[in-house]
Amino acid sequence: MNLLTILDKLSDDKFFSTETSRLGSLAQFSDFGKKAAVAAIPLGLGSFMATSAKGETTQEASFAAASALTDALQLALTLEYLEDEYYRLGINTSGLIPAADKVVFQQISKHETAHVVFLKAAISSLGETPIAKPNFDFTAGGNFQPFTDYQQFMTLAQAFEDTGVRAYKGQAGNVASNKAVLQAALQIHSVEARHASKVRRMRMNKGWVESNNGGNMPAATNAVYAGEENVTQAGYNTSTLFGAAAGSASFDEILTGQQASMIAGLFIS
Amino acid sequence: MEKTVHVSNKGATLDTNRRNFLKLGGAGLLVAGLTLAGCRDEEMAYEQPDSIFDLGTGDVGILNYAYALEQLEADFYTKVVNNFYSGISSAEKQVFIDIYNHEVIHRDFFKAAITAAGAAPTPNLEFKYDGVDFNSRTSILATAKALEDTGVAAYNGAGKYIKNLDYLVIAGKIVSVEARHAAAIRDIINPGSMDFAGDDVIGSNGLDVAKEPKDIVAAAGSFFKTPFTWKEQGIG
Repeated sequence: MNLLTILDKLSDDKFFSTETSRLGSLAQFSDFGKKAAVAAIPLGLGSFMATSAKGETTQEASFAAASALTDALQLALTLEYLEDEYYRLGINTSGLIPAADKVVFQQISKHETAHVVFLKAAISSLGETPIAKPNFDFTAGGNFQPFTDYQQFMTLAQAFEDTGVRAYKGQAGNVASNKAVLQAALQIHSVEARHASKVRRMRMNKGWVESNNGGNMPAATNAVYAGEENVTQAGYNTSTLFGAAAGSASFDEILTGQQASMIAGLFIS
Repeated sequence: MEKTVHVSNKGATLDTNRRNFLKLGGAGLLVAGLTLAGCRDEEMAYEQPDSIFDLGTGDVGILNYAYALEQLEADFYTKVVNNFYSGISSAEKQVFIDIYNHEVIHRDFFKAAITAAGAAPTPNLEFKYDGVDFNSRTSILATAKALEDTGVAAYNGAGKYIKNLDYLVIAGKIVSVEARHAAAIRDIINPGSMDFAGDDVIGSNGLDVAKEPKDIVAAAGSFFKTPFTWKEQGIG
């Protein structure tokens, strides 16, 4: 099974928001040029998703099927493969990471490696075969040089961590049918958030995301932050008390499986 | 009597941007996500004869649990920002103001959500801070670290008890912000270290802490001046 198969299967993403927001995200991705063609592959499913997103079912019926559970884990594994390889390459690139920062990235790397091991075991325990590690291109088709430019290394690290936080959150409904998996996913999710906060602070950003501004990030990463400006949570306006920046930052937003897969897909060669 | 419960299994009312939300709900449905979710009558929180509040059962219990914890965090940071420890840097001041804002928003969100679900929110709780020195940077940072780590562990442990997936996503949206707080506070305490996601909270399997409600209440119990019970979870 490859990533695109997973993408197809995740098209029935129960938390898929709207076609409008999907198209908005794709517009951001056009910055990537040729890579956007890869990202566009799952588009044929758009009309189906736009229709089904309007459906309503009872609360009990909203748990996802078993295949959604393992598909969600395969997506998570793909993202963890990406992060794991990224940090390992960074740490092993002589002269890239300043000595003072090595402890940070070694700790993050250690966690991502553990997440890969954990997810492979979880998928196997559910009777499925873990997806093979894709071949990554961390330049995203020549757009980034993370292993020769430390600032770019940190920029992409922030993008990957903030993406991870949103992606796990977006799969909550797909793993909720298995309480053990749900809890483990939550436990990984908060680790990604700790990583994100630290890397953001190393880049002189706040640890949290205010509005859809990633914080001194290139436009090519806009899709990572699109939607984070939301200030309406279950009808409650989070901007009333302290303004939109604090309101949006007080809740992180999800990425659908498709959105997360598209971001990951940009770095898969 | 059990009400008919209809929620969108696409989470559209919760997860889309404001424009789409309004399209779905309109002004008359400002609390659409949670009102539609509703709750069963037997899930209502109830006032006990001896007037000690019980958090309730089902999702209402979880919401009240989160509300109680957010009340604690909001109360603590309110005290911090109203009496900054002497010599606080502008950077640290900004971090505390931001966290204060987020926790107050979380607190008020849960009160609104529980009310919208037709249940009784936990009353306004009173707290005590024995051993906390609000004039001490060390004491405040240590307390903040404990509260944020506790918040992360609490949400991580409670997720599996949430029945309504819309509530689950909301909890997910909040817990990652708590984790961002925790890492920032830990970073301030010990910059240039691995403590932002230290081995004291992240296991060798790469998983953060998850704690059962009764363990959370036991750990944070010293802060609660107002007693409450949560019989469904064996508390009180």
